[in-house]
Amino acid sequence: MNQNLEQRALAEKDMPSKARLLAALSNRFRMEIFDVLHKKQTGHWGGSASACDIVTALYFHRMRLDPLVPLWEDRDRFVLSKGHASPLLYTVLAHRGYFPPPLLGSFRDLDSSLQGHPCMNKTPGVDMSTGALGHGISVGVGMALAARLKQKNFKTYVMVGEGCLDEGQSWEALMSAGKFKPWGLTLLVDNNDVQLDGTSREIMPLEPLGDKLRAFGWNVAPALYDGNNMQDIFTSFEALDAMEFWPKAVLYKTAKGKGVSFMEGKSAWHGAPIDKDSYEAGRPELVSAFERALAEVR
Amino acid sequence: MGETMRDSFGKYLVDIGATRSEVVVMDADVSSSTKSSYFAKAYPDRFFNLGVAEANLVDVAAGLATAGLRPVVNAFAIFLALKSTDQIRNVLAYNSLPVVLAGAYGGLSDSFDGASHQSIEDVAIMRAIPGLQVLVPADAGEMRLALDYALGQDGPVYIRLTRNEAPALASRPESLAITKIRKLTSGGDVTIAATGLCVAMALQAAESLRAQGKNAEVLDVTCIKPLDADALAASVAKTGHLVTAEEHTVIGGLGSACAEALSERGLPFCLKRVGVADRFTESGPYERLLAKYGISAEAIVRQAASIC
Repeated sequence: MNQNLEQRALAEKDMPSKARLLAALSNRFRMEIFDVLHKKQTGHWGGSASACDIVTALYFHRMRLDPLVPLWEDRDRFVLSKGHASPLLYTVLAHRGYFPPPLLGSFRDLDSSLQGHPCMNKTPGVDMSTGALGHGISVGVGMALAARLKQKNFKTYVMVGEGCLDEGQSWEALMSAGKFKPWGLTLLVDNNDVQLDGTSREIMPLEPLGDKLRAFGWNVAPALYDGNNMQDIFTSFEALDAMEFWPKAVLYKTAKGKGVSFMEGKSAWHGAPIDKDSYEAGRPELVSAFERALAEVR
Repeated sequence: MGETMRDSFGKYLVDIGATRSEVVVMDADVSSSTKSSYFAKAYPDRFFNLGVAEANLVDVAAGLATAGLRPVVNAFAIFLALKSTDQIRNVLAYNSLPVVLAGAYGGLSDSFDGASHQSIEDVAIMRAIPGLQVLVPADAGEMRLALDYALGQDGPVYIRLTRNEAPALASRPESLAITKIRKLTSGGDVTIAATGLCVAMALQAAESLRAQGKNAEVLDVTCIKPLDADALAASVAKTGHLVTAEEHTVIGGLGSACAEALSERGLPFCLKRVGVADRFTESGPYERLLAKYGISAEAIVRQAASIC
């Protein structure tokens, strides 16, 4: 049953059932990411775990795409501006069919197609290379403007974290989106409240973020959604679809390091290697979360 | 007075726009200076003014390029080089996205605005970025060829332009690619490799040197990266003396590129670099400013005479 969660989720028409299937899948992805990051002793756990449910929902529910034709010109685009969550993106892409999942074991290896941060010319399915923070919204504005010029109806999703929004360029980009109002551009904020050095409140307060985005001309979804709850993510998508004007933004409250209680909300687990003791203590939590979610879809 | 290079550039963009619908033009609130305003007027749907935000400007262009459009990005050369270096490196060059970067007001050509606006490091910065090609046309004809070339590439190209009138050189042979060095005069005593407006100065210098009984071989180097090292080496192997001339700091630009290429070939040669020494420039009338900072036909003659 584990093996076909992907197929079941993609085929499911009933939304509540689909949300439950994707919740199980996302929990499995979190487990797989945890395993790879421990094995490789490199990579960013915290921000991969926090955004896992949202990115899973995008690729298995929301976006128009064809894994067999990664460069299909009508595909929806996804820009992971917080590129350090590459283990998450790679895991989702692999299981969505862009490349064989065993390749995930080569993450950050010499000669691997899975670079430390996403590289569009090396990994099928990656729509934009990211890593240096602050680029994503700008690129997304360009992609969405391209859709207008090429008379295409693909949509562009950009995901940022708080660190990404520290960059001045993000605000240049937000301003320009307010000017051009590109059709199809949606900003997803993975608001896990924690950056590399500490909490966002300590490092660089962003609040009131929703008000700031509105002031810059964005149409912000009406609630703060739980980005670690698949049903709530689905609700956020419905809210986005109910909004008339572009560009659109949605704020998700998430937990950095989601799924491992002693790692959640801790900046220390932004990018630290997962040591043996932490791995052995943390993994059972992820396994039981997965099993609980799986029990919901048996 | 002839036409300024920026005027020729702006008009040529309009010509290109007429036949190439995938070309889009972008600017950072300096379109009336860069003359991308002509394109804006002709094709308003394909023109984007991003305001004074060069970082965003370049990345929006990148996004457009991913979907098959061919952006030409306009901003002052110094601000492209300094304010959007991250975007040029990490997004355009890393991903080989076909975006043309048109650096306006290159060198000291924004003379009265002073050191803050004068671009003396752009070539060095752009040259260091993997895969980024760097072209510095000497006149309007070369500018058009450079733009044609850049729009035919699969990756990003930086073209440095001047604000001012650029004396027209003899027409370039059609068979000679813009990436190749053009030999303008032949001579066996000294090679003068020049780029941009310094090519015209090099030709003047060659005349003066001839009066002194010295024959200079003037090389017009439009493409600084990739450098046509074979043509350069063939000339310097013959003369043994090289003077480089550029409207740029002597660190990291044409002079450095030539020195690196020739040294790696083990050629014995004596080198003098005409350019801005390691210091900041200032405001002033263009030609006198250039002269004060060591960029003139006289300076080329002086340096050539000192080694041959």
